[in-house]
Amino acid sequence: MGVGQLPTTEFNDEELDDHPETHQDPASQPAGGDMIQLLDAQGNRREDPVFGPYVESLDPEALRAFYRDMAVVRRFDQEATALQRQGQLALWVPLTGQEAAQIGSGHALRPEDFVFPSYREHGVALSRGLDMSDLLRLFRGVTHGGWDPREKNFNIYTLVLAAQVLHAVGYAMGIQRDQASAQAKGQAAEDAAVVAYYGDGASSEGDVHEAMVFASSYKAPVVFFCQNNHWAISVPSKVQTKVPLAHRAQGYGFPGVRVDGNDILAVHAVTQWALDRARKGEGPVLIEAFTYRLGAHTTADDPTKYRTSSEEDQWRAKDPLTRLETYLRAEGLADDAFFEDVRRQGQELADSVRQAVLSMEGPSMEEAFAHVYSQAHPLVQEELQWYREYEAGFENAEGAGEG
Amino acid sequence: MTTMTIAKAINEGLREALGQDEKTLLMGEDIGALGGVYRVTDGLQQEFGEDRVVDSPLAEAGIIGTSIGLAMRGYRPVCEIQFDGFVFPGFNQITTQLSKYHARTSGAVTLPVTIRIPYGGGIGSIEHHSESPEALFAHTAGLRIITPSNPHDAYWMTRQAIECEDPVIVFEPKKRYWLKGEVNTEDPGTSADPFSAHVVRQGSDATLVAYGPLVPVALAAAAAAEEDGRSIEVIDLRSISPIDFDTVEASVRKTGRLLVTHEAPTFGGIGGEIASRISERAFLSLEAPVIRVGGFHMPYPVAKVEEHYLPDIDRILEALDRAFSY
Repeated sequence: MGVGQLPTTEFNDEELDDHPETHQDPASQPAGGDMIQLLDAQGNRREDPVFGPYVESLDPEALRAFYRDMAVVRRFDQEATALQRQGQLALWVPLTGQEAAQIGSGHALRPEDFVFPSYREHGVALSRGLDMSDLLRLFRGVTHGGWDPREKNFNIYTLVLAAQVLHAVGYAMGIQRDQASAQAKGQAAEDAAVVAYYGDGASSEGDVHEAMVFASSYKAPVVFFCQNNHWAISVPSKVQTKVPLAHRAQGYGFPGVRVDGNDILAVHAVTQWALDRARKGEGPVLIEAFTYRLGAHTTADDPTKYRTSSEEDQWRAKDPLTRLETYLRAEGLADDAFFEDVRRQGQELADSVRQAVLSMEGPSMEEAFAHVYSQAHPLVQEELQWYREYEAGFENAEGAGEG
Repeated sequence: MTTMTIAKAINEGLREALGQDEKTLLMGEDIGALGGVYRVTDGLQQEFGEDRVVDSPLAEAGIIGTSIGLAMRGYRPVCEIQFDGFVFPGFNQITTQLSKYHARTSGAVTLPVTIRIPYGGGIGSIEHHSESPEALFAHTAGLRIITPSNPHDAYWMTRQAIECEDPVIVFEPKKRYWLKGEVNTEDPGTSADPFSAHVVRQGSDATLVAYGPLVPVALAAAAAAEEDGRSIEVIDLRSISPIDFDTVEASVRKTGRLLVTHEAPTFGGIGGEIASRISERAFLSLEAPVIRVGGFHMPYPVAKVEEHYLPDIDRILEALDRAFSY
């Protein structure tokens, strides 16, 4: 029996549409499934009635800041890669190619917003004002974290794929509760939102699905920011999905937008739009930033084993830095002196993180014992005590040997 | 002092916690209008509202993972996992995320998340509804695990778990939800420290350690052994992580023999950890090897044979005979 022959008359429309309030008003969503682009690969501006206005207010200084941050974080990335090659870092996760997706979205955030990154969001970290050398502590092997998540509202990196997407939704649910509580007390409510970063590979994890169900059910103020960089280590995104990842949002009942992830203006506009929406209590948005990882997944893999150089060349032609540089020069917004200054700033950052990494030393075992629990725990105390005595035994033995 | 069941005592503990601190909230499947499949959260949503007693989507990783985010925002989530065998979809969030956050942030972030899990067998249910996965979690540093065996402990442990700054899993013995007993909601008495073991019966010839659903069984076995002229000391372990080895060791030094019983499979279980530690600490006090009385190395069996799977009085008495044969 085909679908057309299934009896439907026993249900009325109201029954079939049992959650009409969750259905999106089409007017509140961007039109069509096209990719949003405001600056094409040749550096030409494009008009967009919905998202264009979000970048109209950007002054030349803001546009130059976009470029500066993209260039500086790329230089940082090169330095970290070099540090890994020189044996100073155990591993590095390069971001080159994804600067526009990260700097564009990061600059759309306010200080009170909270970011849940995966492990490649070095550009977002820069935009949050993190000390960039702190990002390298994890990769140096001196800590599993590296910074206090609350200082810049930027969570520590999470290596278990997609786990942080649920944490982001929970945090957003906390913001909602804080708002309700403030309103009940007649106080001003904080208009904060949360961004969860993850990749096309992580989009296959069940946690992303559960996160979207929770976010949709409770209308949590969270923006899901998926950087589709096309490769989950060696597996292409076509193995993760048969539809544009942005389309998945429709199944959860909130808007999904695919944006040219190498176009910083478009990324910035779309993220601002999504954050505004979340802050107004209109619920989550899924942004798929269509971009490309130009380098390896990490310094442990070799992209020549799994993809062609012609594919990489095609994406190099869409380089987010070149694109913005062309635009800035064509509009007369930046000159050689500016680009030279940016280069110098990148070099200064590279020098300072190199110096910082070389001086990073591991914690003592005492510190490793110290933070297993926040309150005293007898097993940890017992093992620490044993360890101290064991270590002291070596010191005594050395002393005896010298004598 | 009031007499109530374990289920009611937990309900009262949750009510008290919700009333005291507006940052405390409950999350779980069917815990709102229904009051939980065991009615442990009965009436709480009516009293505190849908934002405080949250009927969650059917997603265990979602419940735990969003609770982590809520805790980072300053809330104290109390998650209910509907049944023991259904905690595994949330296992990743518990073991790789919840347990490690404090260490990964070098102490900057604490996650006061409580996870309530009804556990154990003997209720004649179907698969995944009768398991005892406590050892899987006890092996993970960063978690605290407690299990009450009586209403007074159930009330206080619920409150203590919520007040604790570390993540706590409370394994609730579902077979004993309707066990009645006196609860002093004004004074925890000897239950003030949730991570301490209690000597619940004095004895001089052997020590029998049990926790959760098997404490009444252990006490009944000790009473039966007394008829054979054996004086058995019974310890309610109460805390599975950390384990109060001091109380167990002191008892073994007095009695010279140790048996440990739990419903979970013997292999790789909590009993082995206790046997090993006590052997290290009090080897010369032991008159016999430490003997474990637990489940077998098989998936929790079908209900029709679970009475043969679960440790009972006879299995404990047989083990005692072995301990006394040395």
